[in-house]
Amino acid sequence: MLAFVLRRAALIVPTFVGVTLLAFALIHLIPGDPVENLSGERGMDPERRARLLHEFGLDKSLPQQYAEYVGQVLSGDLGTSLTTHEPVLAEFLTLFPATIELAFFAMMFALLLGLPAGIVAALKRNTVADYAVMGVSLTGYSMPIFWWALLLILFFSVQLGWTPVSGRISVEFDVPMASGFMLLDTLRAGDWSAFRSAVSHLILPSIALGTIPLAVIARMTRSSMLEVLREDYVRTARAKGLPYWEVVLVHALRNALIPVITVIGLQVGLLLSGAILTETIFSWPGVGNWLIHGVQARDYPVVQGGILLVAAIVISVNLIVDLLYGVVNPRIRHG
Amino acid sequence: MQNISISKRSRRLRTALAVALAAALPLAAGLGAGSAQAKGTLVYCSEGSPEGFQPQFFSTGTTFDAVSVPMFNRLVEFDIGTTNLVPALAESWTVSPDGKIITFKLRRGVKFHSNANFKPTRDFNADDVLFSWSRMADDANPFHKITAGQTFAYFEDMGMKNIVDKVEKLDDATVRFTLKRPEAPFLADMAMDFASMLSKEYFDAMLKKGTPNAADVYPIGTGPFEFVSYQKDATIRYKAFDGHFRGRPKVDALVYSITRDATARYAKLKTGECQVMAFPKPADLAEMKADPALNVLQKEGLNIGYIAFNTEKKPFDNKLVRQALNMAIDKDSILKSVYQGQGQVAKNPIPPILWSYNNAIKDYAFDIAKAKELLAKAGYPNGFEVDLWYLPVTRPYNPDGKRMAELIQADWEKIGVKAKLVTYEWAEYRKRSKTGEQSVMMFGWSGDNGDPDNFFVPLLGCEAVKGGGNVARWCNKDFEALIIKAAQTPKQADRAKLYEQAQVIFKEEAPWITVAHSIRFDPVRKEVKGYKMDATAHHYFNSVEIVK
Repeated sequence: MLAFVLRRAALIVPTFVGVTLLAFALIHLIPGDPVENLSGERGMDPERRARLLHEFGLDKSLPQQYAEYVGQVLSGDLGTSLTTHEPVLAEFLTLFPATIELAFFAMMFALLLGLPAGIVAALKRNTVADYAVMGVSLTGYSMPIFWWALLLILFFSVQLGWTPVSGRISVEFDVPMASGFMLLDTLRAGDWSAFRSAVSHLILPSIALGTIPLAVIARMTRSSMLEVLREDYVRTARAKGLPYWEVVLVHALRNALIPVITVIGLQVGLLLSGAILTETIFSWPGVGNWLIHGVQARDYPVVQGGILLVAAIVISVNLIVDLLYGVVNPRIRHG
Repeated sequence: MQNISISKRSRRLRTALAVALAAALPLAAGLGAGSAQAKGTLVYCSEGSPEGFQPQFFSTGTTFDAVSVPMFNRLVEFDIGTTNLVPALAESWTVSPDGKIITFKLRRGVKFHSNANFKPTRDFNADDVLFSWSRMADDANPFHKITAGQTFAYFEDMGMKNIVDKVEKLDDATVRFTLKRPEAPFLADMAMDFASMLSKEYFDAMLKKGTPNAADVYPIGTGPFEFVSYQKDATIRYKAFDGHFRGRPKVDALVYSITRDATARYAKLKTGECQVMAFPKPADLAEMKADPALNVLQKEGLNIGYIAFNTEKKPFDNKLVRQALNMAIDKDSILKSVYQGQGQVAKNPIPPILWSYNNAIKDYAFDIAKAKELLAKAGYPNGFEVDLWYLPVTRPYNPDGKRMAELIQADWEKIGVKAKLVTYEWAEYRKRSKTGEQSVMMFGWSGDNGDPDNFFVPLLGCEAVKGGGNVARWCNKDFEALIIKAAQTPKQADRAKLYEQAQVIFKEEAPWITVAHSIRFDPVRKEVKGYKMDATAHHYFNSVEIVK
């Protein structure tokens, strides 16, 4: 197990170089620069432009800028936002709990609906239920998040008035942010009205963000279950007269879950990238919203630092998923 | 037996699934939208987060709306809804006959806000004016470089270091600005956000505590609202300031609910989650106007959308070509199709709401025959080919650059001018335009203050060719002499005459096709009373009340 973890940890070095290089190259490839962004339609005196480029360190060659950036990151400094002049790490840590909270509930939504839907579809193969689950999941998978989110807002918030349009909590509640997780902070404050408001604000963004993972999980669970249900040991279990639910949920599902867990791990990356659109539409103050503004403002340190931190999280989650295989299926051992 | 048992289980499973699927919606219904707000709280759906809370550092309207408008005051300010200057922290001012000395008499008894770290012991006075100015102008001021990489963008953009020689305190309530040259627009410049007045006592106190940056993060001003809290990218909360010199605002609290997406802002306005929204989408206006719960206020924009000819390049160095292309455009069609009627045809580089607008000027009439004749006279009887750069983004002065370009392309084709439509990503578009790469390009401008100088100099002045703001790269000596003289002439009536003459030269020389001035819209809920639209596109809430 330790050897496996160390082998995976060794991969962090090339991954780090790749991610920093990619993030650095991509943001610098986008036309425009932060100084251009400052001037807008207004002209800028060439001397002032040169002075600002110098102050931002953008007058150096790209390899030099990259080397300095990597050195800075290795010393634990992700730089300072060119827009707000706040440290990038501090901004990320302020906003990240909101993204985790949203991603967590989106994943819960996807799992709680996706797993049962996939199981039902497998058990009822080639019936109306199967076609319905597969049809709906294909629709969900193909739906652009942006459009789907707006549709949810227009129907549930504007037409029915059931849920709030956007934000994390109604503006009437000014809850002190201790942990950054709104549900925890409202509970900590003992304010049930605020808690209810926070829950109601989570519903639509979680559905919008969780729809694609839901579709993927449902389809993956179905195909995996179909495969496992044909196995000899399932037939043996049935022949032994074990209760049906036990055969399905214990013998079949446990084995069917292995590829599903892989997919769930991969969905974490998808959730974080999907959060960029979801957070923008739902005015969700998380890192997705922050990153997209960073790109628009050509705030290089924010984009580079943000991508690096998100990548680090995705890599860590995938490592945890790899380790979980052994827990789910004892036949898989990390030697 | 097993089949029956499976069927029962499957029914149970189906039921469980149905319950799970349905759970989210009744839950949502039970929780409700939570749109009720505390009485006396006005919620404004703003379009973005402020870059910070120090009005001297930044130059975006979003930051001004969140910082300098609610929490600070200037010595002079624009009367909301007009570009007229009114007394604010200065109750009066005098300008010397040579226009170089401006003496402000300060208002007495103006209170600063307070917060957990600071309680002011004195009222606003001349020391605050000197401090606010020296922080931007004087490298030796201990707060000049307190935040690494921070610049005083607007102060520098407006060339203040080249305009102001010195600022002196004559007594506690009198301050004298001595200019390096007569500069009539200076008073309007002083009404701009960067000239907001800070509390010297607060900055000194924070320096003494060893937390000088705190003064920039937790703002203390004299404005109608006091800062309460900011949750990054989510909300900014303010409370009414009891001690405001113009009287306490009518609402108890003000909340900016940061909502970047225009569709979401509109949805929140509809559901009552906010009462005023920023920047509606043009496509939503018709529906908004039909909604009985909303009032859609409108105001002529302090802006201009135009097509600039690069006068340094052939054939646009020839006035006849520029005039011909001016005549070959059907502006009425553009107004109808691009602005959807929400604008007015422009004939001058400044909008009609600005003083000195020369209404006597006649625009080039849409006349294909005359345009052809002029082109032939200029030596291009069969026309020519040209790249027409169009805006890649929606701007306040131009809602649809591509559509406008297509209409112009079709019009010009009638006189043999074949326009190839070209565009770049927005930042790249601006960057290239400043190097003079373009032949003909679409551009525009929204005024910073109510002075005509703010249009003529940055867009058409000779110095602006160097800085790239003058994308026509047009430097006309007669025009330049008039706008420079106007800037140095103290009396507004005299200045207006000079600008009127400058507009005559501009029209004759035709460095641009002046296309349109757009109209701005602010949708508000019906219960909001007393809201007035501002000429410079800020959002003021001090006189607003909520009447249900």
